[in-house]
Amino acid sequence: MGNQAVLDRETFETFRNWRVNRAEYAKAWKERTGRKIIGYFCTYAPEELIYAAGILPVRILGSHEVQDVTEPHIFAMFCPFCRDCLAQGLKGRFDYLDGITIAQSCLHIRQAFTSWQKHVPIDYSYYLPMPHHVQSARATPFLAKELELFKASLEEWTGKKITDDAIDEAVEIHNRNRELLWKVYELRKGDSPPLTGEEAMEMVLSSQMVDKQDHNAALEKVLARLSKRDSTRPTGTRLMILGSEDDDVEFINMVESCGATFVVDDHCTGTRYFWNNVESAGDRLTSIADRYVKRVPCPTKDWPDRTRVEHVIKLAKEYDVAGAIVMQQKFCDPHELDNPALTKALKDAGVKTLFLEFDVTVPIGQFKVRVEAFLEMLQDDDLF
Amino acid sequence: MATKAKYKTAPLKCWKKVKELRLKYYEDYAKAHERGGLRWVGGAWTFSAIPSGLGEDVYSLTSEPYGASIAADKQMSLRCLEASEKAGYARDLCAYMRNYWGSILINEYAFGGTFPKPDFIWQDHICCSHAKWYQVVSDLEGGLPNFCVDVAVGPYEEVAPHKVDYIVEQMQDGIEWMEKVTGRRYNDDLLIEAVKNEFRSTSLWAEICAMNKQVPAPLEEKTMYSLYVLGTLNKHDRSTADFFEELRDEVKERVDQGIAAIPNEQCRLMSDTQPPWGFLSIFRYMEEFGAISVGSLYTFGLIGIWEDKPDGSWGPRTTPMDQGIEITSREQALQLYADWTLAKPEWQHFYSPHIKTKMMARIAKEWKLDGIMLHYNRGCEGLSIGIAENRLGLIEAGYPVMSFEGNMGDEREFDETRVRARFDAFMETLGVAKVGRA
Repeated sequence: MGNQAVLDRETFETFRNWRVNRAEYAKAWKERTGRKIIGYFCTYAPEELIYAAGILPVRILGSHEVQDVTEPHIFAMFCPFCRDCLAQGLKGRFDYLDGITIAQSCLHIRQAFTSWQKHVPIDYSYYLPMPHHVQSARATPFLAKELELFKASLEEWTGKKITDDAIDEAVEIHNRNRELLWKVYELRKGDSPPLTGEEAMEMVLSSQMVDKQDHNAALEKVLARLSKRDSTRPTGTRLMILGSEDDDVEFINMVESCGATFVVDDHCTGTRYFWNNVESAGDRLTSIADRYVKRVPCPTKDWPDRTRVEHVIKLAKEYDVAGAIVMQQKFCDPHELDNPALTKALKDAGVKTLFLEFDVTVPIGQFKVRVEAFLEMLQDDDLF
Repeated sequence: MATKAKYKTAPLKCWKKVKELRLKYYEDYAKAHERGGLRWVGGAWTFSAIPSGLGEDVYSLTSEPYGASIAADKQMSLRCLEASEKAGYARDLCAYMRNYWGSILINEYAFGGTFPKPDFIWQDHICCSHAKWYQVVSDLEGGLPNFCVDVAVGPYEEVAPHKVDYIVEQMQDGIEWMEKVTGRRYNDDLLIEAVKNEFRSTSLWAEICAMNKQVPAPLEEKTMYSLYVLGTLNKHDRSTADFFEELRDEVKERVDQGIAAIPNEQCRLMSDTQPPWGFLSIFRYMEEFGAISVGSLYTFGLIGIWEDKPDGSWGPRTTPMDQGIEITSREQALQLYADWTLAKPEWQHFYSPHIKTKMMARIAKEWKLDGIMLHYNRGCEGLSIGIAENRLGLIEAGYPVMSFEGNMGDEREFDETRVRARFDAFMETLGVAKVGRA
């Protein structure tokens, strides 16, 4: 392995290490800065505002272990992801958090928040009523008002005013992060993408766990090298993955070991997280509100029109995918409600699909058989 | 086993009338076009008074009660559920929704004939399934005008002007939209009349439920399901408000005369979430123990609107009319309507199960309960959200709790024998022996 390849690998190892050792990173950050950390449960949380308050926002994700502590707290008909997130709190794995917050999204994940509020010792918690009717012109002004209340609450908790300058700086840092991620994703459109889907997932996931300034520095380093990356790895079949929350790196790795590369995704751990920037839409809070209202929606907010379907088809075309894996966390109602329409639209656009239902532990062996069959079918298409 | 009755009992005099009103509702919807009228569909919680401004010949089909009606017919329900699954919709989705979609897919109306296609959709959204339900209805019907009002602005204890305004602005947009899609001119007088009817009917229902604090209870929950249903169909209609007034008077008479719902009441319980509609016989089984479900947060608060009374008890919310407020404009009517509806007890737990636990503990105390039965309802994520925390909270508050798993609208997920066995064990725990039905 040449020096270049070793360096590339080391760069991506940074992202992986941040994801795997998120607690160590957070504790060190706290010691270094002397500041607070807030855990958030859904990517609708306005990170810019939290960051402007001098607080580090980090996403609460699960551990992919069999659930063994949440049964008394969340009824088993709700998604395994929300139970896995709560399990982390009950097991004390986020003991470095000073507070938690959620921006209203699906019914499932908010149960992790409300159970955490009651059963995990925490200094601060905030439920932000993020509007659902994001296709209405009424949503941005409403959310801007809610952000005023959230801002006041954060100020009271920290005892410090959130200045305009701090908001501007936080917006700039977060926008920069999104732009850098977007630039990396642009490179995946090429015939021979310089990074794998697994590397992309590590990159986006870690951005939800570390200080965006640290992440930006790492992304800049990666970008400078990626265009020159000497990739001898064959791309194989170009795939897209879409659906519910997905941080299952092991699954991505398995698929990519079968002669395929994920070139794009529609996940809240991927494009849905960073696709849109904060742009000027009036005053500062209105601009932030507008970004969250107009971002690529979670299905729970995508109504009355299904705008996400159009967006997914556009991605599939731009990234030239041959097939799509439609995955869904078991019992994830919002995605279950979109999947028939989405699958039909993909098929109509000539993109074949494979549907897989995920639990916190994924049966890699069984899924591998199905993925191999799917890839074989797609490769047959290439032959004839 | 039969025993001597402890209390006198009597059938409800208005029973026949409620059945007639319910059937008329479903017939009116089906025949609306024959009369030159309009048909709209939406949830039981939608702001149903608003389409009333389009005229006096506008009829609705509310989704959840319709799904429940199908569920009560096990054969039709199975065909509907299977049709939805065949169309690609997951089996763990809302059971009402799957029954409803199935009714469109097999093109059968539960009240006879083919499924009557609506003219437009008027929905509200607090549960993940609400707006999405009608996205699919629109798909299945080949495209329908669809408007939905987001009401998820936070619990009523945190209500603020901008939250009410967000809802009112959407309502105003919705009215303009309705005028466009129907080509009709909107009549504010009809809106104001309908809003007033809804204030009356939802406050009256709470007043009726509050009378069940009496021992013996004048009503039992299985009967209450057949009564409150009008509030889920036509809560804005004068016929519902007038019926609830008549019912309130009759229940008051039962309280005054000591007429009980069941003759051997010895154990007072409440349930939670929707019942398994195909298995309401479990309520009759409870009577063998002299056990009565006097209601639930679901039955009381799905449509009933409540407030704290000066003596600290929970009672019907005082209507704006009773506060001497004269409603004279569309804006005022909508402001009052949004604020009134945001207080709905069954909307509060969407933000926190801990709010619901407090309300349930309050009911347990004021309605003098011996125990609580929680239906872990696989058919409804909206009302089952937080239910496990409710169980923990109620146990912590000192109440015996029994839980059972089931599904309100999918009989394949309800095990009647097992639920009866669990109920036997619960009664044994409470020290309640079978007394037989008098």
